[in-house]
Amino acid sequence: MQIYDFLTPAAESCKRTGPQQHIVLSSRVRLARNLKGHFFPSYAKKPDRVKALEALRPAVEALPQMAGGFSETMENVSPLDKQILVERHLISREHAAKSAGSGLVLNKEESLCVMINEEDHLRMQALRPGLQLRQAWQAIDQVDSTLERRLEYAFSPELGYLTACPTNVGTGIRVSAMLHLPALVLAEQINQIIQAVNKLGHAVRGLYGEGTEALGNIFQVSNQMTLGESEQDIVERINKVLAQIIESEEQARETLVEKKPHLIYNHIGRAYGILANAHSISSKETMNLLSLLRLGVDLGSFPVGERALVDELFLLTQPAHLQKMFSEKLTAEERDVLRAEMLRERLRHLGRPEPKPKNADGTKLDKPGEAEQS
Amino acid sequence: MVCKQKEAKVHLSHIVGDKMQKFDLCEDCSKAKGVDDPVGFSLAELLLNLGTAQESEGDGDQADVKCPNCGFTRADFKKAGRLGCAHCYTTFTDALEGLLKSMHKGTRHVGKVPQALRDGRESSEKVKTLQKRLDQAIATEDFELAANLRDELKQIKGRVNDLAAS
Repeated sequence: MQIYDFLTPAAESCKRTGPQQHIVLSSRVRLARNLKGHFFPSYAKKPDRVKALEALRPAVEALPQMAGGFSETMENVSPLDKQILVERHLISREHAAKSAGSGLVLNKEESLCVMINEEDHLRMQALRPGLQLRQAWQAIDQVDSTLERRLEYAFSPELGYLTACPTNVGTGIRVSAMLHLPALVLAEQINQIIQAVNKLGHAVRGLYGEGTEALGNIFQVSNQMTLGESEQDIVERINKVLAQIIESEEQARETLVEKKPHLIYNHIGRAYGILANAHSISSKETMNLLSLLRLGVDLGSFPVGERALVDELFLLTQPAHLQKMFSEKLTAEERDVLRAEMLRERLRHLGRPEPKPKNADGTKLDKPGEAEQS
Repeated sequence: MVCKQKEAKVHLSHIVGDKMQKFDLCEDCSKAKGVDDPVGFSLAELLLNLGTAQESEGDGDQADVKCPNCGFTRADFKKAGRLGCAHCYTTFTDALEGLLKSMHKGTRHVGKVPQALRDGRESSEKVKTLQKRLDQAIATEDFELAANLRDELKQIKGRVNDLAAS
């Protein structure tokens, strides 16, 4: 089976929701592990990598959590499908560049994804919608405990799990959340927040991880330190930082609506105008404008139910997802035209955004997160 | 300097120990890398540079250290930013120590330990206490207790050996 047929359609996958969905798009916990007695993947020769893959793949496939899942070696995944997996945040850009000797095992729910022979022999990750870092840690901890019964890891009592890069040594854990922070960007407070988060020893990255742009006002916050602190402590520390960022974003939204309504509704209205009427639009512009549409949903300018549509379009308008809908190879210009066509069509039913009137009983805005749960 | 396309407008001097590194970036690159604030400057890159800066100081005598297990050299690490095998951590202990200290909370692992090792650790402690009790039993000529303790010890040692062999 091809990976694209296996993946849940974007329309469905975007309906998965979790706590704090109005700001936290997803949570992820990743563990890095290596086999004892094998060179690290980037230094190993191809036959050695294949040997490690042959030892690892059956063990990962045999996990009860992987029942009914997808498993393939990277040479058998087409470049386009690899790009789709990157756009879905299931594999790293680095792993997408891999071929023979590397593999991928993904569970049915797409909540568990194991990259074999990426930078380390095993990069296993648990994904959850919204803010659910503890749950993600528990899920991946369980997977790891099952795997260690079959595989012997490279482990040192002093340094913990040994990884190809010393930045991951120790727990090998990377705890991260993907945050949508449009108001902090509009209020020009984002750099301040990034600085503060960095000072606490956490990293802030763009949409596709290390070295990527913060497209669509989306930022990834993750721990930087992996040695000298337990997994639970790392998770809790990040949770605290995230709670503060969420609060700042909520405050920034409220302040903007109160003090600079023209600025914020101007952005949302123009974003709607362009997305619903453009005849050619780049992927980057689309992401940045969809971000404002999502903010519009959160502020009540569009019905709450439209958030899933915005998230779906965010995925479907990215280059590989768009290309996948057409059989012939598209140029970037053709993609821009087809992207605009799709946006016009899918946004046709959506009425023009109106600033939400203040509540009759008070001036405070609804918390979108609460509105959704009711 | 980074993109080599636009004029560099942001000049960052970064001092690590007694070494100074200079970065010249255009506005776009500086924004992309978050250089508005030196602390936020792409941490991974910074850490790597830090590692290489420290390494270059000791290049004279240790540059040709080679991992006996995989043949990886310090120069390789400098180039790749990654190690060759698990044994490299032992080979390059000295070079890594400063690096680990600067990038992590501590230099000793705290957290999860594979179950097999935990079992092994517990067993070896149990062996010690059992051995002590056995010696005492023999000293006090309580041979029945001694026999029981000896059997228990044998069992645990057998398990530990199985583990070591597997």
